Amino acid sequence: MKAHSIIPGFYPTLGYTLFYLGLIVLIPLSTLVFKTFELSWPAFADSISNGRVLSSFRVSFLTALAAALVASVFGGIIAWVLVRYRFPGQRLLDALIDLPFALPTAVAGVVLATIYQPNGVLGKLLKQTFNLKIAFKPAGIVVALIFISLPFVVRTAQPVLQEFDTSMEEAAASLGANRWQTFLRVIFPNLLPALLTGFALAFARSIGEYGSVIFIAGNLPFVSEIVPLMIITKLEQYDIAGATAIALTMLLLSFALLLLVNLLQRWVRQRSGQL
Amino acid sequence: MSISIAQLNKRFGAFNALNNINLDIPEGELAALLGPSGCGKTTLLRIIAGLEWPDSGRVIINGEDKTQAHASHRGIGFVFQHYALFRHMTVFDNIAFGLRIKPRRQRPAESVIRTKVHTLLELVQLDWLHDHFPDQLSGGQRQRIALARALAVEPSVLLLDEPFGALDASVRKDLRQWLRTLHRELHVTSIFVTHDQEEAMEVASRIVVLNKGKVEQQGSPSELYDQPANAFVSQFIGQTNVLDSHNHQHWLQSIGLGDDAHPGLVAHVRPQHITIEKTPTGLPPSIVLKDWQHLGAITRVELTGTKPDDGLPPVLHVEMPSEHFKQLQLFKGDAVNISIKQVQWFN
Amino acid sequence: MSTQIIVEQPDSTAAPIARRLAAQHDSLWVKYSLISLTLAFCTLFLILPLAVVLTEASAKGFAAYRQALVNPDTLSAIRLTLLTALITVPLNTVFGISAAWLITRFKFPGRSFLTTLIDLPFSVSPVISGLVFVLMFGAQGWLGAWVSTYDLKVIFAIPGIVLATLFVTFPFVARELIPLMQEIGKEEEEAALSLGASGWQTFLRITLPNIKWGLLYGVLLCNARAMGEFGAVSVVSGHIRGLTNTLPLHVEANYNEYNFAGAFASASILAALALVTLVLKTLLEWRQAQNRR
Repeated sequence: MKAHSIIPGFYPTLGYTLFYLGLIVLIPLSTLVFKTFELSWPAFADSISNGRVLSSFRVSFLTALAAALVASVFGGIIAWVLVRYRFPGQRLLDALIDLPFALPTAVAGVVLATIYQPNGVLGKLLKQTFNLKIAFKPAGIVVALIFISLPFVVRTAQPVLQEFDTSMEEAAASLGANRWQTFLRVIFPNLLPALLTGFALAFARSIGEYGSVIFIAGNLPFVSEIVPLMIITKLEQYDIAGATAIALTMLLLSFALLLLVNLLQRWVRQRSGQL
Repeated sequence: MSISIAQLNKRFGAFNALNNINLDIPEGELAALLGPSGCGKTTLLRIIAGLEWPDSGRVIINGEDKTQAHASHRGIGFVFQHYALFRHMTVFDNIAFGLRIKPRRQRPAESVIRTKVHTLLELVQLDWLHDHFPDQLSGGQRQRIALARALAVEPSVLLLDEPFGALDASVRKDLRQWLRTLHRELHVTSIFVTHDQEEAMEVASRIVVLNKGKVEQQGSPSELYDQPANAFVSQFIGQTNVLDSHNHQHWLQSIGLGDDAHPGLVAHVRPQHITIEKTPTGLPPSIVLKDWQHLGAITRVELTGTKPDDGLPPVLHVEMPSEHFKQLQLFKGDAVNISIKQVQWFN
Repeated sequence: MSTQIIVEQPDSTAAPIARRLAAQHDSLWVKYSLISLTLAFCTLFLILPLAVVLTEASAKGFAAYRQALVNPDTLSAIRLTLLTALITVPLNTVFGISAAWLITRFKFPGRSFLTTLIDLPFSVSPVISGLVFVLMFGAQGWLGAWVSTYDLKVIFAIPGIVLATLFVTFPFVARELIPLMQEIGKEEEEAALSLGASGWQTFLRITLPNIKWGLLYGVLLCNARAMGEFGAVSVVSGHIRGLTNTLPLHVEANYNEYNFAGAFASASILAALALVTLVLKTLLEWRQAQNRR
């Protein structure tokens, strides 16, 4: 199987890696598929085509999409500012970008709910000045998901900008391009694949996110109920079959989306010659 | 120790990296594995070292079949192309590594190790760098430390992968001479890989020319230069004028070389095997001096034909001692007569 | 470049140079508006939440804060969280090293597919990560009967929490080590082996010193997730106070009971953990950059 190598440990590491991967990840995940097979097709279709379940899919996908888009725009700007400009407090800010990675999601959820609830710091302000409600609405879900998404975009765009060959900008300038043209035609095409990756990571994470969302979402059926919560609700009602069906559907949908974004990314890379 | 390779084959997937290699390198030689990139020379060196395994064939070191032996039991010292110095260890610790990891019974005392490392550092003339880290060294210094590290375990064979490949041109020249001198002192059978024929000619006492996974020829530098086995070797080692009997038949015949004894063959003429003299004025010019470069002791002359259909190659290279060229008193555009002293015919 | 411009437009050299610079540098107003935007966005989304944890935790004064922390349920949640991390982090670290060694030091068919499989838990929702263990070990699960005959408790007990945490933190160490070891290459290890070192000697003396900062980095991230995981653990824990509540679950329980002081006291510990993680992470990144110079 392997090409002879002087480096030892092929069979032990192969064996251990596959064993542990199987035990912790593959066997448990495959249970999801096998459990679904125990369902009859009508029962399966029934449990995912239920109106409340369908609307939870809509809420999850739309809020994740919105959050990933907002995070991609702002994440791109933040990465640019962190790489290209120097200002006091910059290194601190750079370190803080990872806060959503490091902060347990339950804490994030509780804090965001506290901030945006009608008499929270921002909730009160927004309500009084713009008559805007965030908490216990889909908008609240989007806010929580932006928080979760931000580091994914910043941390994929940042290294690309750091390694960006600035002589390309000089070349564009020497050929007569102005700053905006240089950005649009030289910098942005090079940054786009990274932004797409960041978007995909953020989107994938947002769709499955649970902890940071449920406190701020309000969890109103048909309005602000997300798919992970639907799974838990079904479980609590001892409807294991229903929970399994929803979970598998969601898993397959997010894999399909990831695949789609991967293909898109490959296409962009090919078009911009970065293979 | 002598090294023999017998009927060695190695494939990487569909790619035939080495094809029935047979080699003999006598004890004490400094041999070069020479060939263009992708010819399999590095793979062959790594197989000799035991860093890679052949699909079939044998590696014999000092009469013993070592084909299946682990790298550490072959008595080889390997110098990696990018040196592979341990970046977290000082120069001293790098060199001492091979001694310190020996099983306790075979391990020399720390004082012995210390003396030995310093002796090696003196040998490579870098004792003053002993507490530096690899990051703090220049390319040439890293190369010499890598060599000292390989020598520390007293190998009977020294293998070097493109030892001068990553160095500046000027450093490379110095190090080539230094390696030759070192080899003369240590007399360890050594093999190095290179793609630079000049380097092989300058350093090696024996050259193995590889191309597309096959041995084209092996021998001393002068054998390879004077009696190339085939067109590839003739063109790869030194400069040569290539004249095929199809395109250049007319002209070859006009100078008495186009006889019927070599149908379909290609004539190789070394630049120094062409002599030129000034054509007496009045005769119609057939070959003229196009340009020349003074390279020190020798001068390289470029000749070209005057008529488009005379069957002459676009440029004919000639080399002669600069003294001689000066005596000829030639200028650009002057007509010359040539004669060819020696020619080799290849398929 | 500039001499050329002078030749072409001898009367106005300043303007073209200024224009050229403008093409390479953002104008000041762009620069300052982008910086302001970044600061505003980060204040809103990063600094404000952090500040709110701290103010809410201390809102009722130090006594209340202390009271919330020494509560036996809180203490038991802290213990369970530590225990879970103590089991899962070493297991996933050993796996990460093994997988990285396999993937970066050997060529074999299916290698890139294996790398994809290792990342799999990252693209699975935490809730599903918990659900799969319920499906395996729950009352109707295919191992449920086997588990109950031996009177073992997996779901709604500590083993379930450990398993779910193992699943969600599975890729962290491997993911950090694979690109690092790929970049370092195997030449140094080959050199050590050709000098007579054994496999273990090579690993301990050459590989480990080279990857130690990256390894610590992976362990740090793995630990942060192990201690902070909520969704997966929430599904398998059963929420039994003082028994199967981890610290994040304890935050939720208090919050849902409108015990905000208690919720934020526990949350402040987790926030402190996050800050320590960020500080260590920044230090490790700095060390790694130094190392790879």
